[in-house]
Amino acid sequence: MSSLAMRPCGDFRTSYKQDNTIFETKTIRWFTALVIGLACFAPFILDAYYLTLFIQISYLGIAALGLNILVGFTGQISLGHGAFFGFGAFASAWLNTSFNIPVFICIPMAGFLTMAVGMMFGMPAARIKGLYLAIATLAAQFIIEDFFGRAEWFSGGSAGSMANPVELFGFAFDTDESFYYIALFALVFMYIWGCNLMRSRDGRAFVAVRDHYLSAEIMGVKLNKYRLLSFGISSFYAGIGGAMYAHYLGYVSAEGFTIFMSVQFLAMVIIGGLGSIKGTLMGVVFMVLLPEALEGGVGIMKDTSWGNIPMVVDGLAYIKEMAIGLVIILFLIFEPEGLAHRWQQIKNYWKFYPFSY
Amino acid sequence: MTDTILKVDQISLAFGGVKALTDVSFDVKTGSVFSIIGPNGAGKTSMLNCISGRYRPNSGSIHFDDRNVTNLRPNDRADLGIGRTFQNLALFGHMSVLDNIMVGRHHLMKNNWLTGPLYWASPAQKEELQHRREVEEIIDFLDITHVRKAVAGTLSYGLRKRVELARAMALKPKLILLDEPMAGMNLEEKEDMARYILDLNEEFGITVVMIEHDMGVVMDISHEVMVLDFGKKLISGLPEDVMADEHVRQAYLGLEENEQLQEVV
Repeated sequence: MSSLAMRPCGDFRTSYKQDNTIFETKTIRWFTALVIGLACFAPFILDAYYLTLFIQISYLGIAALGLNILVGFTGQISLGHGAFFGFGAFASAWLNTSFNIPVFICIPMAGFLTMAVGMMFGMPAARIKGLYLAIATLAAQFIIEDFFGRAEWFSGGSAGSMANPVELFGFAFDTDESFYYIALFALVFMYIWGCNLMRSRDGRAFVAVRDHYLSAEIMGVKLNKYRLLSFGISSFYAGIGGAMYAHYLGYVSAEGFTIFMSVQFLAMVIIGGLGSIKGTLMGVVFMVLLPEALEGGVGIMKDTSWGNIPMVVDGLAYIKEMAIGLVIILFLIFEPEGLAHRWQQIKNYWKFYPFSY
Repeated sequence: MTDTILKVDQISLAFGGVKALTDVSFDVKTGSVFSIIGPNGAGKTSMLNCISGRYRPNSGSIHFDDRNVTNLRPNDRADLGIGRTFQNLALFGHMSVLDNIMVGRHHLMKNNWLTGPLYWASPAQKEELQHRREVEEIIDFLDITHVRKAVAGTLSYGLRKRVELARAMALKPKLILLDEPMAGMNLEEKEDMARYILDLNEEFGITVVMIEHDMGVVMDISHEVMVLDFGKKLISGLPEDVMADEHVRQAYLGLEENEQLQEVV
């Protein structure tokens, strides 16, 4: 939804194809391509710590994009995204170990399996809205969590299950450096997928259902189908993200996929910007780096003469959680439209300087 | 194609004890402009809602193009070719004007959540661009080229009404239902809108069913007028005949003072 004013002088569009691109301008497109190109060389420069952070951003980013499609674009709500993420993780490990399917096929398969489960739990969405739907998806969260604990054939019960590394043509992606490329590929692929979805027929239908469902129905959009499909696609993304998580860590246990994770996904989407694809990624980067930055900051503080306060140093774990809560509140008050909106305003500022608009 | 595009037969609709419509029947001829008038609360919008599928009548039937559509869902009626605009604006506020109108093409397009995202590797791109072309023709027709990239929620009232008309036209409907297309407009905007309605009726061959309070416009552009009062049909027929009818004047148009006296006497 770019305004004409954001386009540089002389950038004329002479065909509908040129006017229908993912990126607003050529500069942005080339810049994005450059960043992705440079990112390919990251493993040669950066150490494992940063690669781990990137991989984390990648699998959480994929799952969060799914949630944004559901919450931001379709206007539904889900408190069970963490459980779907976990389901994807277990499903991929289970498919791989029980049926000996190669891992790189298991990951998309886990996505589709999670999609089926997500649509099953999304069925109430066709009937109920708002808070009631939130409670229904909360139920999904607990049911799936309970399922992880009980279904030993699937998840290994309380012991958890092992996940093999991704293997392609005999090469195992079992180090941070090698898995980094899979993470990068998946991230780029899934985000392009999302961008294309939102500029084609079904993506528009999602937004139509969000903005005015009554007139969407009059315009020929099947409400129930799209509400359910949105749940499906959101779970598909969660499943892919979860499967990558499983094969990266090599081990999945049920403890991680709690309601806290679901809330964290929601926080990422809200901080990044509801209904914005690039905002999702910003939100995820922010949420992943926030605790790391806090840890780094406290680490530096500890070495100074004044900063070695036991309350801060020992309470770091609590401070991290409090910081997340605080950030969500601050964003809701000062920037409810998220980082994407803030970014747009910064861009406008430079564009129109010295005028305000 | 038959002569009658829409056949409404003995429609009754009640909300609890409130009878919104009682045994209303009328036919709309293919290619005509059919206006529904009446005082507020007469059931005009309820009638449109029955035709477009938002309400399901308690009894009676609606035939569109010789097909019984009484129990179809609104989205299925869109497939058949019934488009509508709303009295209170119902645009998709956060979408661009262009996307709003493209939603109207929804039922004519085929790409889905699997082929759409594979944009370049599937027929999706071609389809999108082809429909974009047709949508641009509608945009051109309604003179909204300058706002096509603007967010719909930021537009002025008159423009939003036009965008809504564009969205309904994008459905490629055979029948278009307009709920007070000229409410809240100034004279110039009304004239423009009347011209658009006539053009879409004559050039595009779309049959129009319209609710409107501006009697001047109704009398000028409609082929047939129906009057509703308290959920009942008073009369339908040529605009002049309806104008002249005594009951209509009493219920809606208002009597002149000396006529009123005659009534009483």
